[in-house]
Amino acid sequence: MSMHGPIATHRSATGVPSGRLAIWWLLASEIFIFGGLVTCFVLFKLNGTPGFEDASLTSTAAGAINTFVLLTSSLSIVLAHAAIEKGDRVKSFRYIWYTIGGGVVFLGIKTYEYTGKIIHGHVITENLFWSFYYTMTGLHALHVIGGMVIMALISFDIRKGHNYQRVELIGIYWHFVDLVWIFLFPLLYIANF
Amino acid sequence: MSEAYAHPNYIKIWFWLLGLLVISVAGPMLEIPALTIITAFGIAIVKAYLVAANFMHLKFEKKFIWYLLILSICLLGVFFFGVAPDVMMTDGDQWIDCIADKSCVEQRL
Repeated sequence: MSMHGPIATHRSATGVPSGRLAIWWLLASEIFIFGGLVTCFVLFKLNGTPGFEDASLTSTAAGAINTFVLLTSSLSIVLAHAAIEKGDRVKSFRYIWYTIGGGVVFLGIKTYEYTGKIIHGHVITENLFWSFYYTMTGLHALHVIGGMVIMALISFDIRKGHNYQRVELIGIYWHFVDLVWIFLFPLLYIANF
Repeated sequence: MSEAYAHPNYIKIWFWLLGLLVISVAGPMLEIPALTIITAFGIAIVKAYLVAANFMHLKFEKKFIWYLLILSICLLGVFFFGVAPDVMMTDGDQWIDCIADKSCVEQRL
């Protein structure tokens, strides 16, 4: 059977292309993963569990810069999607790599933060706050790394003129990673009371 | 490829997001906890909406996707309210307030 592109590009039993439906399905499950962590964090914080006052030790500036970086990378990936819809492969490829660059900057700042905290003895076992801090930001960073790898693969694919729809799919995923950070930022960096 | 729709002005939305980021960072400087909650979490919800609706194109998406996401958030609410009493209500004979008697701190260590 000859087929032009993956079936997920064309099949649309629900009115949503299967590839995009799969991404939303994945994100629905991610809501439980990050949502469960955030929910537990909020419960323990409201309960007055010792250690949560350590939120004042996180760097608001670093968190804010990282928020800026992720919001900007979200802009670049959506511009990559807009470009590929017009068939502009070169521009889309460039925007995807700007997004990957944003991911690298984000991880660099996160590494700097981790190093500073660990040097001062704030390790994952210190108290419940730091357990949540490293678990939530670490899991988030893994999602950033995963997104960057997939984006790189997709960028080379579209440069060859294949699977343009994947730019939108990885874009939706990347925006979700951005969304998670939008909630982690106030939770871990701003609400210091 | 996705269905045809007019792309929103992404640069304008990005500027809005940056403006909201500045407010969320500046809010705690007034040192009013209630205001901090609004500027931190209220603005986070607005930012999340802007990203989801415009960058993720949720406002152009079929209702089916909305139902899927709303269902996930509702189930998260079930988890929250199911677990909350166990974590937060330490009154009564069947509850052990391990924070008060320090036993959970010892367990942790």
